[in-house]
Amino acid sequence: METVFAITLIALGVAATLAIIRATIGPTSFDRVLAVNTIGSIAVLLIAVYGFFDGRPEFLDIALLYALINFIGTIAILKFFRFGTLGDHSLHEDGDPS
Amino acid sequence: MSVSAIMDIIGMVSLCIGSLAVIFGALGLLRLGDVYQRMHGTGIVDTGGAGLILFGLLMLSPDWTVTVRLILIGFILVMTGPTATHTIARAVRVSGEEPDNVKAKRKKAAPKNKAVKKAAKGGRK
Repeated sequence: METVFAITLIALGVAATLAIIRATIGPTSFDRVLAVNTIGSIAVLLIAVYGFFDGRPEFLDIALLYALINFIGTIAILKFFRFGTLGDHSLHEDGDPS
Repeated sequence: MSVSAIMDIIGMVSLCIGSLAVIFGALGLLRLGDVYQRMHGTGIVDTGGAGLILFGLLMLSPDWTVTVRLILIGFILVMTGPTATHTIARAVRVSGEEPDNVKAKRKKAAPKNKAVKKAAKGGRK
């Protein structure tokens, strides 16, 4: 059973490497955000599978937190692209609140 | 053959298929030509890869607390993954980026009404 976990870990590592290449060469910034989001999903799976591989399923708590923070981070980056700020829109007079 | 042995086999098979799906999704993310097309690769990683790998771990889980955590992780990934991808797609659309085939169609249609385009260009200047 450890062999299957090892194969899955290697596959996830290869996939994360491909996504990192896309995040590095991505022409637009949205490519980079997309690649970073994918890297986050792959990291959640990597942590979960590594917990099983090592016989310590407590790692799943870390994976749970990482999944939540990944989503918040993506939304925060996109909001920053759109509005130029993360907080009060009234500080910027030209920022439309829609 | 006992039930746990069958569940072990199902779990290992879905782990292998899930890792294949993750690799194909990442390949799509790397190889496709356009932001809109690359989102298909992300979709494969978020649905096929994550779903199959988490299902495989669910089949191999030794304890019920582990099962609950795995179901929670799956629920969170199912809720947040499509939302994040949809937000990225909307941000790309709002920013004015066009898909490659629309760009090619516009380039092909451009010589027919050259005068109109030239006038528009001049007007913009």
